[in-house]
Amino acid sequence: MAGQSDPHISLFSPQEVEFMAEDEMVEIVPNMNMDTLNFISGNFGRFVPQIPTQVPLWLAVALKRRGKCNFRPPVWMSVDNLTQVLEAERESQSTFQPLPFSYVEIARLLFDHARDDIPDMYMVRSLVEDIRDVRLHKLETNLGSFQGTSAVKVSNVSAMEVNLVRPFVRRALEAFYKHDKPEPEVNRGTRSSRQQREANNEPRRPLRQR
Amino acid sequence: MASTSEMGSADFETLVSTSDVELLKRAWRNEKAAPEILQYEAALVDRAKEQIELVEETIEEYVEDGIDPLVVSLYQMDLDRTQFLLRSYLRVRLLKIEKFMFHNHKSEEAQQRLSEQEKVFAKRCAGDLEKHFEESVLVKLPENYQSVLKQSLISEVDDMVPQPHLDTFVVCRSNNFVSLNLYEEGESPETVEMERGDLYFIRYKIVRGAIESGKIDLI
Repeated sequence: MAGQSDPHISLFSPQEVEFMAEDEMVEIVPNMNMDTLNFISGNFGRFVPQIPTQVPLWLAVALKRRGKCNFRPPVWMSVDNLTQVLEAERESQSTFQPLPFSYVEIARLLFDHARDDIPDMYMVRSLVEDIRDVRLHKLETNLGSFQGTSAVKVSNVSAMEVNLVRPFVRRALEAFYKHDKPEPEVNRGTRSSRQQREANNEPRRPLRQR
Repeated sequence: MASTSEMGSADFETLVSTSDVELLKRAWRNEKAAPEILQYEAALVDRAKEQIELVEETIEEYVEDGIDPLVVSLYQMDLDRTQFLLRSYLRVRLLKIEKFMFHNHKSEEAQQRLSEQEKVFAKRCAGDLEKHFEESVLVKLPENYQSVLKQSLISEVDDMVPQPHLDTFVVCRSNNFVSLNLYEEGESPETVEMERGDLYFIRYKIVRGAIESGKIDLI
């Protein structure tokens, strides 16, 4: 089935994560006149030259590719802010800085399609990449110190990051829970045979190859 | 299921201010992330289908009227996105029906969650597979081992029916403040309180009810 992610490897494919990010609103400055667009997903416009307006990212990219608008980069994508975020990410081992849920995807789409609208593009790009690397490393390290077996809070973790660690975390927490839970004697036989089968269904996918 | 009757005023407001596409996206994400099949969103799917048809007609008219091709292509993109969501939603459900074919077939609760068409599909699927197994393998086995559902005749329960693994963990985000009970038999009472926007790895059973009432989304 085209477009479906393989549920055994990761729940959402990178394309699906990007699809969701494309619904985030961004500000553009159109350079043409166009009436309001009455989409199924909402009404956008109308579009008047030099008057900024809010549209979903996919629409902004479509207009930009045809040379019909310029992007106003989001506030968080400034060199100043990203430098601060990077410093803060490096300072604290346990907490994550608040960034848009889809910051990786938004940044990538903007780098791909609107490089001339981002001041200090190369600086911004390398900052976002550094932030992403620091956060991923931190997330992997923090996995070792998960507490609690029924609910684990993960604050300010982004869409891509969640999706990346999900298969591993799910299996780990399932195992914790299974060992933690006092199991009724009667069910033991059926339960373990079921667990066995499911374990065979889903291929193991370690987060880090070491 | 109980979702409409239990809905508070806050939930109602979010529903009113949320477009069908947003609701469809939520349904799609929940369905993809949940281990079991969820309640079929009949009204939502019908509305989405209607809107898709409407836009398809509009696009045809626009083409005939010679409207700016740019505008037409933008409408087409919006249409494509909605169609993708709807198709993917229905396909995820079909995958789950196939995966838990025999379980869905005998579980009253799971049956009620299916649409009429899905029920027909589930029934035929289970029937065909059962027939195939019987003809190709089971008939050649000793009498005690001829059941599709049981390992042998002495099994008291249907121990060869794959069931959704409800003790699995999911990622969820709360839409409002919610307090959830973590309590299970043999444990001390414990609750988890979620603020709006909090992200949790959590056991599916704990959030099962909150997903149904729309207080929590899976992501």
